[in-house]
Amino acid sequence: MNAPHSPEAAQAPVHRPLPHDAARLHVTGAARYVDDIPAPADALHLAYGLSPVAHGEITALDLGAVRAAPGVVAAWGAADLTPLPDVSPAFHDEPMLADGIVQYLGQPLYLVAADSHLAARKAARLARVEIAERPAILTIDEALAADSRFEEGPRIWSNGDAAAAIAAAPHVVEGQIEIGGQEHFYLEGQAALATPLEGGEMLVQCSSQHPTEIQHKVAEALGLPMAAVRVEVRRMGGGFGGKESQGNALAVACAVAARATGRPCRMRYDRDDDFLITGKRHDFRILYRVGVDGEGRILGAEVRQYARCGWSADLSLPVCDRAMLHADNAYSFPAFRVESHRLRTHTQSNTAFRGFGGPQGMLGCERILDHIAHALGRDPLAVRRLNFYAPPSAPANRRTTPYGMEVEDFLLHELVPELQKSCEFDARRLAIADWNRENPILKRGLALTPVKFGISFTLTHLNQAGALVHVYQDGSIAMNHGGTEMGQGLFQKVAQVAAGVFGVEIDRVRITATDTAKVPNTSPTAASSGSDINGMAVQAACRTIRDRIAGWLAAEHQSDPAAVRFEGGRVRVGGADYAFEDVARRAWMARISLSATGFYRTPKLHWDRIAGRGRPFFYFAYGAAAAEVVIDTLTGEHRILRADILHDCGRSLNPALDIGQIEGGFVQGAGWLTTEELVWDAKGRLRTHAPSTYKIPACSDRPRIFNVRLWEGANREETIHRSKAVGEPPLMLANSVLLALSDAVAACGDGSVYPALDAPATPERLLAAVARVQG
Amino acid sequence: MTEVSFSLNGAPVTAEAPPTTTLLDWLREARGLTGTKEGCNEGDCGACTVMVSDGRGAQALNACILFLPQLQGKAVRTVEGIAGPDGALHPVQQALIDHHGSQCGFCTPGIVVSLAVAHLQGRRDFDDVLAGNLCRCTGYAPIVRAAEAAADAPVPHWMRDSPAPQRPPTVDAFAAWYLENPDATLIAGATDVGLWVTKGLRDIEPVAFIAGIEELRRIEITGTEVRIGACVTLAELHRAVAPLHPSFAELIRRYGSEQVRAAATVGGNIANGSPIGDSPPALIALGATLHLRRGDARRALPLEDFFLDYGRQDRAPGEFVEAVSFPRQQDRLRCYKISKRFDQDISAVCGAFSITVQDGKVLSARIVFGGMAGVPKRAAQAEAALVGRPWSLETVAAALPGFAQGFQPISDMRASADYRLAVARNLLLRYYHEDQRTPASVLEVAP
Repeated sequence: MNAPHSPEAAQAPVHRPLPHDAARLHVTGAARYVDDIPAPADALHLAYGLSPVAHGEITALDLGAVRAAPGVVAAWGAADLTPLPDVSPAFHDEPMLADGIVQYLGQPLYLVAADSHLAARKAARLARVEIAERPAILTIDEALAADSRFEEGPRIWSNGDAAAAIAAAPHVVEGQIEIGGQEHFYLEGQAALATPLEGGEMLVQCSSQHPTEIQHKVAEALGLPMAAVRVEVRRMGGGFGGKESQGNALAVACAVAARATGRPCRMRYDRDDDFLITGKRHDFRILYRVGVDGEGRILGAEVRQYARCGWSADLSLPVCDRAMLHADNAYSFPAFRVESHRLRTHTQSNTAFRGFGGPQGMLGCERILDHIAHALGRDPLAVRRLNFYAPPSAPANRRTTPYGMEVEDFLLHELVPELQKSCEFDARRLAIADWNRENPILKRGLALTPVKFGISFTLTHLNQAGALVHVYQDGSIAMNHGGTEMGQGLFQKVAQVAAGVFGVEIDRVRITATDTAKVPNTSPTAASSGSDINGMAVQAACRTIRDRIAGWLAAEHQSDPAAVRFEGGRVRVGGADYAFEDVARRAWMARISLSATGFYRTPKLHWDRIAGRGRPFFYFAYGAAAAEVVIDTLTGEHRILRADILHDCGRSLNPALDIGQIEGGFVQGAGWLTTEELVWDAKGRLRTHAPSTYKIPACSDRPRIFNVRLWEGANREETIHRSKAVGEPPLMLANSVLLALSDAVAACGDGSVYPALDAPATPERLLAAVARVQG
Repeated sequence: MTEVSFSLNGAPVTAEAPPTTTLLDWLREARGLTGTKEGCNEGDCGACTVMVSDGRGAQALNACILFLPQLQGKAVRTVEGIAGPDGALHPVQQALIDHHGSQCGFCTPGIVVSLAVAHLQGRRDFDDVLAGNLCRCTGYAPIVRAAEAAADAPVPHWMRDSPAPQRPPTVDAFAAWYLENPDATLIAGATDVGLWVTKGLRDIEPVAFIAGIEELRRIEITGTEVRIGACVTLAELHRAVAPLHPSFAELIRRYGSEQVRAAATVGGNIANGSPIGDSPPALIALGATLHLRRGDARRALPLEDFFLDYGRQDRAPGEFVEAVSFPRQQDRLRCYKISKRFDQDISAVCGAFSITVQDGKVLSARIVFGGMAGVPKRAAQAEAALVGRPWSLETVAAALPGFAQGFQPISDMRASADYRLAVARNLLLRYYHEDQRTPASVLEVAP
């Protein structure tokens, strides 16, 4: 079945830097998001009333004033809904409304339906709520003291005898790093719209990375089979993981209210509510103890990761697994023990966020490498390169991860030196040292860090995708698959794949909204997997149709199907040369089926998450970044002066879109590590609950000089056109920023004290670190 | 209900709505113009940016905190009106497509409008133009590339709105009205009051929209004095002080965002009494006088005396800020705004220093901080420790302990009390080092 025709990769438009498919709709304001969908005049607007305390027993909930408020049509507390819907992704531990016990400040207590968004919001502040407060567990320390956690104890994976290796090592480096969380701040807040259909069926249009889960949760809440619920997602105004599970609460609320009232119901969180209700990136504390030789070669390491998961399990277990799976980043650890504590706290339930635990695990690792270099007085980049996994030619033991997966495609031995050279890293390091000697107040820093990120869902069954493709009699092509569009350009990349199969221009392919009625049982668009798995599924569907056409046409021309060529919008067979649309029409007339499904499952995966052994990833994506910063030792203020990035996308499906992911991911990661600080007060109230107090990078925060290049090279695995996933890996290129800041802080002292810079490196944390190294 | 007439995307419209209806809600809910997005509903993200033209030209404003009556007689252009009537794309729209400037697309309409306004004005300082437009996807680099690529294209003819001049109310009429209605909420730019409505969900009527009052919008610069009317916007203040006190201008460049500075007024920044407003410290350091008016009665007082305590100002019912003035002087002013993010962030500490030196000795010192107390406050002990002494590092070091006596700042989500105090001290060091021409600003380091 495989490619009897000319190679699609050579075909326009695969690998071309085409713009985002919706770019024209974006710039004209015509791109429609959930809250832009015109709803019937009788549509209701929903809002949640939120808990004002972090933990306690609800002793009274009186909705009288809510129901009497102007515009209110209905209001429900937990007691008004039987059964009370669950909105959790897996563990059935998230009642849609707090049921008896309040678990965090901001938890929905009641639901209001009113004739306008504003009326619903106003009424959602009017309930009389009495809560007998209980002590709240808010921090990692409090959770540890109370042994408040998910799972029975820490998850522990080990490989070799790390303790013995450390005991026998000439040097031991020990420390810890605090890593703050991160609010997604998708520009479009959470939103959903449910329209009741005939026979009790429900249509849900929502901003979600996981339409099938929405379908599942809505069906469960309404007591319907999944086939009676249709979920449609055209696009999201940003997701970043924050719309993998966090949209359930809105979609289910809309569906339940729509059923109860018989009217369409829509809901969007006001931005402050979005901050208060939804989960964020997990904050971590990582402790490490590493044995090294005199050159800085790692002999053994023990790493302990504490993650603050919040009040419910959500996706915390796989997030923490992935943090463990990236505790090695790009380095060989001959003996390794990693321990992961998933702590339960009375705070928002932390969730997926671009990198899914990988960034925290990897940053912990990069901190170790930086600390080793400082302790031994050696160049950090030299220490990093010394510890890299061995090249594919080397014996397997130097290129096997602690979880037993052989690293077959390690390309940092080539990629890092090339970046080092192209950005004049060594010369700039010397120049910076000179500059720092001349400048008493300002100090510069420079760091180069690598990324090795595992691609595949660690929950193996999610590594599947379906597609549905139609060729119409006029030669237009409708493409549908299970992936969702959140800005990453997935639809365009996959359309390029489809156009490549048929040898037509991209504008012939019509992209349609993700729809559970077209492609069922979809996986979330997550884990960077979107184009890998959906591209393959769409390719398979397209090939099925193309091969049917080729078979029929070859028979008509007494030719070989393999000799039928689809190129440049033409179809050639024997001496004949047809326009694609003519072939489509004639194939229809000849009663050839022009519709097909496609399916893909990622090969080679096997993974035991309890033992921590196997091959969880199909392959790795690589990259490296060199960041230069300047800090002010009087205030802790800092700027990113320059960033140089070389990143591996395999053979890029669309270099423009991939570079967009890299630039955007880097800046988002830099925000996580610098300006974006989540602050809860002693009562568990999130004090940074709006863009006025929570600062994502603004335009001027991007590096002054920003050079991004793609590494040229095909994926060694058989991925779609040998490309690689790109959604998450570039975020971790920003680790270079934190370590460059650490380098600048180190320049303030005599080298005897390690900066031990925590994240985010706000001006306050930087000033404290400067004070530490200055003694 | 209030009736408001203005031009929308080139066509006259009349809106009838409660006076605190925001333009954003009206556009989306009454007009079905959903291109303008709600990202934060508080004027911080710029997804709702629209272009508003009046006799002073075109400006980018946040529609989410813009009340309909503020638009009377003006011309509004939303993203739907940036492309030509025949669908032809504006050069910035085409450039954003060509340079991959949109990903999820949700911030894009606001960015299109901000860039189209900058294009109309011939501006190329895109970091400032876009400081109030948050994008979470692109990292901004392709957006700036697009802006640069479109900069030289001619301005499309449909972009030049020229609304008819309005006849604004007089200050005398307003003063008389306010005396009769002392409980009214005064609205100038609505960059603060807007949030009382959109976030506080407060009912603020009766309201008075005062931004159009011509007498309050004047800037008068004589040989001895600079007088700024209460309704002068921060953008206008920026232009006025740039030649006189460049460091003050640099502070204002970082005040809010383009959209906020185009609406926010000097009077509002003073009268709301916030301890973290950025203009009072600088104005107090310049020795500013506040001019208040109640009916026909006027009085003047040193600006620092206006701020009595947290949330309490020396303002009688029916009294309003008419202007603020400060003497012309040698420029010794340096303003330092310390925040987590450089652009569009509220100060953890805002320090303004004006220290004059004669014959190597400190002649006078005015040191004022925002964010260090319940009110903008002078560092009296530190000032006293400087005056009359040689202008040296030793003198500065001897003045530093004075900060702890004068200030007991709070800890909050922006910074801890200890950090605030440490930075306040260090800013005096920065002032000294900069005076000695030692580089001390990360913003001035070239890569």
